Amino acid sequence: MKKNIGNWGNYPVIESNEESFVFDEQLDVLIKEAQPFIPRGNGRCYGDASLGERTISTLKYDKILSFDTEKGIFECQSGITLDQVLTVIVPAGWFLPVTPGTKFITIGGALGSDVHGKNHHVDGSISNHIIDFDLLLASGEMVTCSPENYPDLFEATFGGMGLTGLITRVKFRLKKIETSLIRQKQIKAANLQELIALFDEYKDYTYSVAWIDCLKKGKHFGRSILMLGEHAALAEISENDRKDPLKLPKNKQIVFPFNLPSWVLNSFTVKAFNLLYYTKNFKKEINNIVSYEPFFYPLDAVLHWNRMYGKSGFVQYQFVLPLSAKDGLIEILHRISDEGLGSFLAVLKVFGKQESMISFPKEGYTLALDFPVRKGLLSFLDELDELVLKYHGRLYMSKDARMKPGMLVAGYPELEKFKQIIKKYNPDGKIRSVQSDRLLLTAGN
Amino acid sequence: METVLILGATSDIGIAIAKKFAAEKYNIQLAARKPAQLEAVQSDIKIRYGVDCTMHAFDALQYHTHSLFFDTLSPKPDITISIFGIMDEEDEAFENWNLTQRMIDTNYTGAVSVLNIAAKFYTKRKNGTIIGISSVAGDRGRASKLIYGSSKAAFNAYLSGLRNKCYDDNVHVMTVKPGFVYTRMTENMKLPALLTSTPNQVAGAVFKSFEKRKNVIYIKWFWRYIMLIIKNIPEFQFKKMKL
Repeated sequence: MKKNIGNWGNYPVIESNEESFVFDEQLDVLIKEAQPFIPRGNGRCYGDASLGERTISTLKYDKILSFDTEKGIFECQSGITLDQVLTVIVPAGWFLPVTPGTKFITIGGALGSDVHGKNHHVDGSISNHIIDFDLLLASGEMVTCSPENYPDLFEATFGGMGLTGLITRVKFRLKKIETSLIRQKQIKAANLQELIALFDEYKDYTYSVAWIDCLKKGKHFGRSILMLGEHAALAEISENDRKDPLKLPKNKQIVFPFNLPSWVLNSFTVKAFNLLYYTKNFKKEINNIVSYEPFFYPLDAVLHWNRMYGKSGFVQYQFVLPLSAKDGLIEILHRISDEGLGSFLAVLKVFGKQESMISFPKEGYTLALDFPVRKGLLSFLDELDELVLKYHGRLYMSKDARMKPGMLVAGYPELEKFKQIIKKYNPDGKIRSVQSDRLLLTAGN
Repeated sequence: METVLILGATSDIGIAIAKKFAAEKYNIQLAARKPAQLEAVQSDIKIRYGVDCTMHAFDALQYHTHSLFFDTLSPKPDITISIFGIMDEEDEAFENWNLTQRMIDTNYTGAVSVLNIAAKFYTKRKNGTIIGISSVAGDRGRASKLIYGSSKAAFNAYLSGLRNKCYDDNVHVMTVKPGFVYTRMTENMKLPALLTSTPNQVAGAVFKSFEKRKNVIYIKWFWRYIMLIIKNIPEFQFKKMKL
């Protein structure tokens, strides 16, 4: 039966035939059916990367296969979400090597998007920490991919948006921790110049990210908070915390109950929100010890926060510009600020070096912004695309719901190589999504 | 630590119940026709919950093997939960006796066969719990659930009789009647969201009610009243309805 599904941005929403599996035999049956499909995890990519006329959900394929608590090696089926992984590994003294800003993504999705975190400049993206994985190809053949075995598939699957095959099993390395707490430092920056200088000054911190009020104009244009963090060592935490240093954070979540009508999110409420966040910090700098939860996943505390953007949904726009393109960053932020189409949240992060075929991260500044879908938005984003290209940047496919094929070609110099691999392992476009059709990545386009 | 036997452990509800009891620190015995399928479930339960978990071959239709199956379990389970059951397309089953018979033999005869064995063991030991996952479909016969509903009605009557028979021997029997549940079996049906539960909700309700030693539970409280209304419609009226 068909049902309407959308990803985190609720844009677009399409009719899809969604199927799931618990056991390998069931997946074999599904993959042999003629209708094309796209693998789908927890639907937290923002746009249409995991939408298709038929989707195969991995969510019921979520079992832990092995956990070496000595060496920190974890092996699981692809549909397990990071929040479930954390509840098992943290009490044993381990942490995810890389985590994005939400823990409600599957490990399969993490590979398909090659997710990055606040530690990209130190640890790279998730692909840096994968030992091997199993991939079910469009032909129905199962292959194990590692740097030695099927190296082409190993590389193309990271950031490949599920188009190389359906990831079934993943084995990866964890990061050792002494406590489940984070030693956090928050620094106010009066404007963008100051923020960029601060990023440089504190580049030795493992975790860093900044929240920017990108609607502020004048001399406070780009006022922001830089958030830095390190896993706290045993010696750094309080006597009280030391009784149970690896304890899991308490589960307190509020559910955003319904879609707000979209007019609520006018630029006034955006300004109010940004100001609220900003003035939370009275001092120039705050140093404290917090649980990993608010540090890594501040928005996860509000389930369904995406409903704040109303029924018509939103688009997240994330691009990366080379380090040399500071001017570009300023120009684009100005453009967004002038247009006032409203970004509830602007996140800036500095990426370290990364060699990749189709993965998004490369050395430079990455900025992510939300835009509620409304009239005029798409043409405005096309204008931003031109600016991004002018400064030799590119867009993140996991956030994308609307870019044109030329934008992808211009941003990813290795795209042709990726397309050849798709041609080899997914020749008939058996695995395809709304996005892969739009971006001309799959057969028949 | 007590041990729970899950009969029919490959179903979505079976896995959810196994995980719930494991999370509450019970050791788990997973029984299914193809136990090799359950290797991942086994490792998952051991790693997540730090309890013991074993796999066992069990075929509901092979009645003559049930005694040996139960005898070889070690340790003996303190709680036996019967979840297995099949729901074929009713119109097809009506036309095809083999399908009809297979549904009855699995859902009713197979369950009676294995639960009799567990009940005999528990009454002798003067301790134990039997939980039967049945269905609201057993509360009143309807055209759209002709064979499935009647097999579950028979199972309901059996569980109620067993509860009565075992009472003096300190053996508790609980009947569970889920309504609609989101499972692989139903993922292509359009189900009313308010009336439908997830396998995890079923598992949570089963565990809570087990602790309170409830007799008959519905999953989501309003199902009790929906079925009360349905049971009280006079037959001359009911026979004309399309339910």
